[in-house]
Amino acid sequence: MKLVDHFQYGLNSPICLTWELTYACNLACVHCLSSSGRRDPRELTTAEAKSVIDELQRMQVFYVNIGGGEPTVRPDFWELLDYAIGHQVGVKFSTNGIKLDKKRAAQLAATDYVDIQISLDGATSEVNDFVRGPGSYDTAMRALENLAEAGFGQPKISVVMTRQNVDQLDEFKAIADKFGAQLRITRLRPSGRGADVWDELHPTAAQQRTLYDWLVARGEGVLTGDSFFHLSAYGQALPGLNLCGAGRVVCLIDPVGDVYACPFAIHENFLAGNVRSPGGFEGVWRDSALFADLRKPQTGGACASCSFFDSCQGGCMAAKFFTGLPLDGPDPECVRGFGEQALAARADDAAIPKSDVDHSRSAPRNSRKPKAPVPLTLTVRPPAGKPDRACDESPLAGFAPLV
Amino acid sequence: MSTSQEVRAGSSFDPARGYRCSPSVALRPEPFGALVYHFGTRRLSFLKTPQLVTVVSGLAEHPDVHSALDAADVDPAQRPAYLRALAGLADNGTIEPRSAEERT
Repeated sequence: MKLVDHFQYGLNSPICLTWELTYACNLACVHCLSSSGRRDPRELTTAEAKSVIDELQRMQVFYVNIGGGEPTVRPDFWELLDYAIGHQVGVKFSTNGIKLDKKRAAQLAATDYVDIQISLDGATSEVNDFVRGPGSYDTAMRALENLAEAGFGQPKISVVMTRQNVDQLDEFKAIADKFGAQLRITRLRPSGRGADVWDELHPTAAQQRTLYDWLVARGEGVLTGDSFFHLSAYGQALPGLNLCGAGRVVCLIDPVGDVYACPFAIHENFLAGNVRSPGGFEGVWRDSALFADLRKPQTGGACASCSFFDSCQGGCMAAKFFTGLPLDGPDPECVRGFGEQALAARADDAAIPKSDVDHSRSAPRNSRKPKAPVPLTLTVRPPAGKPDRACDESPLAGFAPLV
Repeated sequence: MSTSQEVRAGSSFDPARGYRCSPSVALRPEPFGALVYHFGTRRLSFLKTPQLVTVVSGLAEHPDVHSALDAADVDPAQRPAYLRALAGLADNGTIEPRSAEERT
């Protein structure tokens, strides 16, 4: 059996675990995969987060990708970072740079076993700030300058590819080179608030081709988090596993401890369990019914007869799900155009699944089960008349309920 | 019998010497063999058969690589492939030669 076939049946522990520490974020990026904004009051406490780290150490999860929200706004972020590193769980964290001042940059430069990814979605402030919000380009640049000045070795610049920035690939590379950073580019998914902007921002077919050729020319010099494996159907496979790792080699722990099959699949259909349950994270990873299902051999469905199925494996589960396409059919960005056909063939009234978790600042609070609004009618109490008796101390004296 | 000539050119891997798993490396058992993580280079790699895991974990117990292969009952026909795999692991720092004083 080939190694990649083993991966399809799942591993004892994940290879790539994403852990979002908080839904709180200082930004409100239009494509946020986790619809972050406000902290959730049920987020894991410091003690609970440490016990998750203990479990990861026992399971030999050698590093975690920490994100959010903006993880560094959690007051205990630095404490958890040190705790993880002290327990042989290396940390790669994604940040918009808001807390990376000169002091933190120096502290991080002196810390072994930590990687930093600064998010940047435009090589110019115009393009970046359109997606990530005003001032976010300058924040990222300042963080990169601080890290370079402190001598932090090779941070990563993490770019989500959009219709507006594919043409800036060379400029991104130049920015990375200038700061001694490594470029990492990933795919825009219609997850979280990304669903609202996907039609407008996902790369065109021609741009996908440009992107693929650019990646092939750069080999392993540019990281992709294995996120463009659907483009491997153009020809030569891109570096990486080239398979959907959801629930097999990848999963997500969200800020409230919920475990999902992948960071792009925050939806109850892909919820495997919670780290607070008696078996902890390990119990969820090893025994969840959802993960067992995802680890069964995939048939390929409508894609099975396609001669390119072996290279693209039908693409990204989350991209299909959140565009309302069947999971065993083509990816919406299928390079042969079958995804576009499938999108066009969707019924006008087709229900497109939407995440039930939303911490956007504009969303209702605690949103997994949004409470129905409670209508209140404000009335004015009629002026109290004379007390019933001058000495009556009952607080209800004279109270006549309004009908 | 395999010799180091079968190891790819340019490699300094010498199966007549004693080797050990690098102290910076952790092996995680998996159904296919083991996942290898190097804490120094932060690179993941894979040992693709359980027998290779036995060989790599046993290197430190044996005076040279050949006897580690013998102890793991590696099929003589598979030896060249195992030596090539071990040379690759030596090149990427997963295994390293033991210094003279550590030899038994």
